[in-house]
Amino acid sequence: MVTLADLKAGESVKIINVKADKDLKQRLGSFGVRKNSIVKVVNHSIAKSTIEIEVATTKIALRAQEAKEIEVEAL
Amino acid sequence: MKQLNIALVGQPNVGKSMLINSISDSRLRVGNFSGVTVEKAEVSFDFHGVSIRIIDLPGTYSLNDYTQDERVTKEFLENEDYDMIINVVDATNLERNLFLTTQLLEFNKKMIVALNMMDEAKKEGMCINEEQLGNILGVPCVKVSAATKQGVGKLVNRIVDFSNFDFEGTKLIYSEVVEEEIRNIVEFLEEKNFDSKLDYRVLALKLLQEDKSTYKKMHDEPIWIELLPIIREALNHLYLHYNTKNIDEIFDEEKAAFAKGAALETLECSTCKSINTTEKVDSVLIHKIFGIPIFLFLMWGLFQLTFEVGSIPMDWIDAFFISLGEYAKTIFGDGALGSLIADGAIAGVGAVVLFLPNIVILFFGIALLETTGYMSRVAFLLDGFFHKFGLHGKSFIPLVTGFGCSVPAYMSARTLKNDKDRLITLFIIGFMSCGAKLPVYVLFAGAFFGPEKAGNVLFAIYIIGAILGLIAAKILKVFVFKGKDEPFVMEMPKYRMPSFKLIWHTVVTKALMYLKKAGTFILAASVLIWFASNYPKNEELIGSFETKIQLAVSDEEKTSLENELKKAKLEASYLGIVGKATEPLFAPLGFDWRMTVALETGLAAKEVVVSTLGVLYALGDEVDEGNGSLMEEIRKNIPFASAVSFIFFVMIYLPCFAASIVFAKESGSYKYLAYLFVFTTSVAWIISFIAYRITLMLL
Ligand SMILES: Nc1nc2c(ncn2[C@@H]2O[C@H](COP(=O)(O)OP(=O)(O)OP(=O)(O)O)[C@@H](O)[C@H]2O)c(=O)[nH]1
Repeated sequence: MVTLADLKAGESVKIINVKADKDLKQRLGSFGVRKNSIVKVVNHSIAKSTIEIEVATTKIALRAQEAKEIEVEAL
Repeated sequence: MKQLNIALVGQPNVGKSMLINSISDSRLRVGNFSGVTVEKAEVSFDFHGVSIRIIDLPGTYSLNDYTQDERVTKEFLENEDYDMIINVVDATNLERNLFLTTQLLEFNKKMIVALNMMDEAKKEGMCINEEQLGNILGVPCVKVSAATKQGVGKLVNRIVDFSNFDFEGTKLIYSEVVEEEIRNIVEFLEEKNFDSKLDYRVLALKLLQEDKSTYKKMHDEPIWIELLPIIREALNHLYLHYNTKNIDEIFDEEKAAFAKGAALETLECSTCKSINTTEKVDSVLIHKIFGIPIFLFLMWGLFQLTFEVGSIPMDWIDAFFISLGEYAKTIFGDGALGSLIADGAIAGVGAVVLFLPNIVILFFGIALLETTGYMSRVAFLLDGFFHKFGLHGKSFIPLVTGFGCSVPAYMSARTLKNDKDRLITLFIIGFMSCGAKLPVYVLFAGAFFGPEKAGNVLFAIYIIGAILGLIAAKILKVFVFKGKDEPFVMEMPKYRMPSFKLIWHTVVTKALMYLKKAGTFILAASVLIWFASNYPKNEELIGSFETKIQLAVSDEEKTSLENELKKAKLEASYLGIVGKATEPLFAPLGFDWRMTVALETGLAAKEVVVSTLGVLYALGDEVDEGNGSLMEEIRKNIPFASAVSFIFFVMIYLPCFAASIVFAKESGSYKYLAYLFVFTTSVAWIISFIAYRITLMLL
């Protein structure tokens, strides 16, 4: 399964499943990261430990650990 | 006069603080929400015969129990008494902001949506139909710009108008799937002509959302047996349709869909050029290679400002309080009263005010980093490293500030929104040796390593402290603040030009808060320490010395006798008694009673360690770390291993009183101060013990 953590900067994908637990799911949801939304990977920090993504007009940063829980598919 | 209480709610960074500033010029009253270290700002003013009070609630993305800020906001909205919600919305991020709006609608309170940042939205080519948005949400929407003050007057007018209308209830329209189930339940209630205080629709929704208290109440109603199958069937429909059995998730999804629909219908982009400046700036500031050096450079600059420029007014303040103390002594005499006022009270207040320049400059810098949006980039850059030690990317700033002074460092830990992250950071700030510990290090390094090597030793001391701190963080994370890692999901806001009014406001708030909260405690503590180091007075001893001093022939003999007296006095004081009594505790570390007393006076302020040693080695208290004869005395009297162990102890044990009080305030409880005391003291003891034994072995 491809997850958000596997992508290169500049790639856009559609989210098909957010596996995370309730807290994280709600958190991501309040930023607009939920099933069916389109996200774009903008940037990585050193060693890919932190990932910056763009959802609609919002840019957010998350750890690779969390990004692994977001399953995506190519557009 | 009519009183109107208004709760200002919005997501972080939507401009709430700025809006509250531009709505009213009357002074903001700033404090904390009870029991937590979350800032509470409120403003009161009269408008057209109505007395309006606006409370700025902490910014929150949604109303879950995720961070302390969210909890505070949610609890306020649920339990406090207020008349109206003003939901501040960032018009340039409409959809995401409307998600919170849908949650707010459920409180069923009068609400006005303030569409802020309209100036920016216009620049980006966005056009929002606020009438239509108002119709969809069922609440009035007003376009404003807190920055240009456009629409702010209209907003206030609207607030007053709206407060005069009867409240009709808010209404959130769900998708047809949910609406159908609501209809089924409402129809049944209507058929039964059920007697309910709540609107049928609201009741039906609460039932569908599995609201506990509603279930409890309905359980005792006769219609419950008939109602139950209908609800069960409704839920089953929803489960089937959404492919999940989690009802919260279903309603979250509903709200998200509603927010999306509302944004889609009311937002028109003529050009919708998403402004790319942020991306351009980011390509430099969070560049893989240059990002961190740029940041380090900026931090270095901020530090130079804080501690170099800050030291100029600090010198003035210091000089001012010293001369004030001397002046006080000329009025109140050299006796107990004069000493209490000059050495206790004035010196104590001086110690409080002394930190003010540091705090003002540092918070000016931090506010600048925060309002421009750079702070999130810092966290982005550094989180990978800090996370390994159980810390957060934003821990960096408090930790580095700790090298200057722990007081502002503790205060700046508020940028960490998560409780555990903040507490761990607070606990290890002390490991970053503050500026006041420098004199102690310089003295010992100079005495034992000579001028050539002293610099390297100093550097090593600082580095070892920082490494120990990181290890301590990891240990705290694994054993004390354990449990699942809190997820790290953080908005990277657009870069914005800073607003100096807003920054000024933050700085003044911080400074006042510090003076008010810490000031009183520090003052009391200084008086206490003054007392402990001056009493009980042994008149006999003083008398015998005074006759000797008068009999002294040369000035030299006189000074040395005076110094002897100071030493004898300190020895006889409560502090000296405690020092001697606790000597056995420190004997395994190789400290004699003098070193023990010096450490204990060091609780007041670390600089005092040096002057206490001066007194105890009978050199008087005018010595400083560069004093040759003090270095000489120390080299003669203190074994090398004890000195190493002493340096480690000073490096780790409890920061000064001022800092400890601020720590208690910022951690939210004196309980944590007790923990900090136990933690730092035991770590300091253990590390010093190890260092002492190893040095002894190597020698
Ligand atoms: N262009 C523009 N910028 C604004 C406006 N209102 C606020 N800002 C800027 O937006 C940023 C955030 O504003 P704040 O007032 O600190 O936001 P807040 O909602 O109080 O943020 P939190 O304290 O995190 O909840 C600041 O840099 C402001 O200068 C506006 O109407 N137009």
